[in-house]
Amino acid sequence: MSRLLAQILDLLAGDVQADRTVPPTGFTARLTIFTAAAMALLAVFALAFSLSTGRLAERWSEELARTATLRISAPPEQMAAQRRAALELLATTPGIAEARALDAEETQALLTPWFGPDLPLEQLPIPQLIEIVEDRPGYDATGLRARLQAEVPGAVLDDHTRWREPLVAAAARLRLLGWLAMALIGGAMAAMITLAAQSALSANAQVIRVLRLIGARDAYIARAFVRRFTLRALWGAASGTTLGAAILLVLPGGAADAGFLGGFGLAGGQWLWLLPIPPLAAAVAFTATRAAARRTLERQS
Amino acid sequence: MIELRDVAYSYGGGELFSGLSLVLAPGSFHFLTGPSGAGKTTLLKLCYGDLVPTAGEVALFGETTRGMARDGLALTRRRIGVVHQDCQFLDHLSVAENVALPLSVAGRRAEAEAYLPDLMAWVGLNRQAGRRPPELSGGERQRAALARAVIMSPDVIIADEPTGNIDWEMSQRLLALLVELNRMGKAVLIATHDLNLIRAAKAQVAARTLRLKGRQLMMAGAEL
Repeated sequence: MSRLLAQILDLLAGDVQADRTVPPTGFTARLTIFTAAAMALLAVFALAFSLSTGRLAERWSEELARTATLRISAPPEQMAAQRRAALELLATTPGIAEARALDAEETQALLTPWFGPDLPLEQLPIPQLIEIVEDRPGYDATGLRARLQAEVPGAVLDDHTRWREPLVAAAARLRLLGWLAMALIGGAMAAMITLAAQSALSANAQVIRVLRLIGARDAYIARAFVRRFTLRALWGAASGTTLGAAILLVLPGGAADAGFLGGFGLAGGQWLWLLPIPPLAAAVAFTATRAAARRTLERQS
Repeated sequence: MIELRDVAYSYGGGELFSGLSLVLAPGSFHFLTGPSGAGKTTLLKLCYGDLVPTAGEVALFGETTRGMARDGLALTRRRIGVVHQDCQFLDHLSVAENVALPLSVAGRRAEAEAYLPDLMAWVGLNRQAGRRPPELSGGERQRAALARAVIMSPDVIIADEPTGNIDWEMSQRLLALLVELNRMGKAVLIATHDLNLIRAAKAQVAARTLRLKGRQLMMAGAEL
């Protein structure tokens, strides 16, 4: 890797005269710059997607893991007593920071999306809900369930595990999808640049022949092409990354603490993740062009 | 320096020549003649490793070209200056850049500053240094090609019809340059149809004339 880096740095330092031996070709230049810019733009979005879903997974995991719900289903005449008993029990349970019984209006608000606003709550056997906020490092759910069974027989503790795990797993898969997209973008860029480099090498077959006749080694010939394509990819990717960053900045509700869709973007230090995109694109171009040059020079010998 | 041993070359199913042997020693001066299509250019290409014989061996500075690695061949070619019939310039570069190109590819570009002005003056192209090759006349192109061929101070100079497209006066100037190089100890091999050029050269140096005809290489008669 360090050898590759040294070669890239050496390449960037350049040899103006060696560069001039290969005439500029407009078509491949435009194709390489456009491809690198487009792929860098897509990479910015894939990166933002991956990091956003990462944040989302963490938030869901954190928030759902720190809360639980106690549901009490009891005959109306026992409901108040069981609620009191539950609240007293929760207040004395280590690891629980807060336990609060939802009032009728809050329960109505929870059910409204499903049953509409005119739900006759007082006529229905609606369970009493108690919201529990955990302390760190949390409570002993098994012990709490045992105590509830003994003291509040109508209570069921829901620690959100059955919600949290699939949501976090889904977010993790989405994040993986983002990284996979990044890898595909890199591969597609390598393929496009390989084609452009092969086209340029074929178009300059006569130049290559002349250089060989006067004693040029393969490394010298390849270098002129590799440097050109590496620099084009670098500038193209820098443009695409800048454009992508600008689009992320102006996206509505781009703040990291907004909801799921509004949270799409980068937050804080995550912006630094954009910096490696242009050099990585240059490294992809360097590797792809060098391989294409070696193959073509071998074939033309 | 360059030795062909029992060399044959086949092309398109037919044998161009066979059983051909030749030694280019330091300070030697050879002309290669023969009818069109006899294989003069092919023979020259064998001498600078652009082609590999179908039979026999070509040794360049003691190393056979068959199986020679591309990089090894590149280094060997730096010791052989070639003036191609069609000059083989890079038309997007200036004449001076083309002449200095062998130094550039050898990583000795800095030396061009020292050699180039004198070399361009020697071939009489000082004023044309900044022009592009297509802007030069035939004679100027041939002289520029000669300047490029000698800038690395090679041991052997090979020229393919160097006077083919230029007038008599210009061909005499070119011959004078080649004779001067030969007197410096360089081996010279020139493929040509120009009998007057051969006679003029023989008046100045001990040149041998080889004739490629009927798939064989032989010494030309005293009439040349």
